[in-house]
Amino acid sequence: MIVRIMGEGQLELADSHLSGLNRLDDELLTEMEGGDEEGFRRTLAALLDAVRSLGTPLPDDSLEPSELILPAPDATLDDVRRMLTDDGLIPGTV
Amino acid sequence: MSGVMKRMGMIFRAKANKALDRAEDPRETLDYSYQKQLELLQKVRRGVADVATSRKRLELQLNQLQNQSAKLEEQGRKALALGREDLAREALSRRAALQQQAADLEVQHQTLQGEEEKLTLAAQRLQAKVDAFRTRKETIKATYTAAQAQTRIGEAFSGISEEMGDVGMAIQRAEDKTAQMQARAGAIDELLASGALDDPTGMAKDDITAELERISGGADVEIELQRMKAELAGGSGGQQAIEGGRPNPAEQPRTETTKFDKR
Repeated sequence: MIVRIMGEGQLELADSHLSGLNRLDDELLTEMEGGDEEGFRRTLAALLDAVRSLGTPLPDDSLEPSELILPAPDATLDDVRRMLTDDGLIPGTV
Repeated sequence: MSGVMKRMGMIFRAKANKALDRAEDPRETLDYSYQKQLELLQKVRRGVADVATSRKRLELQLNQLQNQSAKLEEQGRKALALGREDLAREALSRRAALQQQAADLEVQHQTLQGEEEKLTLAAQRLQAKVDAFRTRKETIKATYTAAQAQTRIGEAFSGISEEMGDVGMAIQRAEDKTAQMQARAGAIDELLASGALDDPTGMAKDDITAELERISGGADVEIELQRMKAELAGGSGGQQAIEGGRPNPAEQPRTETTKFDKR
């Protein structure tokens, strides 16, 4: 499966890694919803590191749709929250 | 439970699809995307230029500090030569302060240099990505244009075949109509002949009328025959001269004719 880290590019990940990543991802969501900025930053960094170490980067010239998308490493809790609201990633396209 | 990355993925896809659906021509979307990437690249380059400018400014300041420091050292040396140790001490202490500033600036300079290198690398990588996207974009555009042309050709062909189909249908309809009219005409003739259908033109007759006419027609013939015989009886020699030489044997039993011939 193809995962995009915003601002970094895309990586290909074996499906077998998904359950481990899902745990971190769910933790990230809980921290985001709970407003735990510190936990959010820590989990995001761990999740990104896991994806980077387990995945294979796709070449720059490939245009593959991403099945999963992760916020940029420097994204704040508010940034991500904004991206997940109704206005979404591309404002004004709803 | 849906985590952050799944939700972001879903939202992104939904948005991207909507954005693409709204665009009339996907080639325009690609061009727009490329334009945005170029703008981003431009921003990064501007960032690199800003950092480089700051680094150069720091280098100038460092040079000035070093010049001042050298000048103060020289002044201290001269003061000592003139036996003014107090002045020499003052010059050296000022020089020490300048050197501390220079050391601070040096640290800043190194940090900026590191940033600049990182940004330059990022700009180069972004440039590579944008170039790759441009190539890919042109390929997609060409493919799309070709597909569009193919579709147009296909549509033209199907249009032609549809028209041909219409012509065929028209001929078929005309044939059907002709056959139907012929069948109807035949049926009407039969119906008229049998008298089951009245002829609105008054030309057709029922069987009784036909028989009456046939009988009265026969009577007319008889009347006409009598009239002609009467004419001949009161008649002219011309008629005799013509027929005299060539008596008709078939008329021999007719007594009246025989009487004419003997006279």
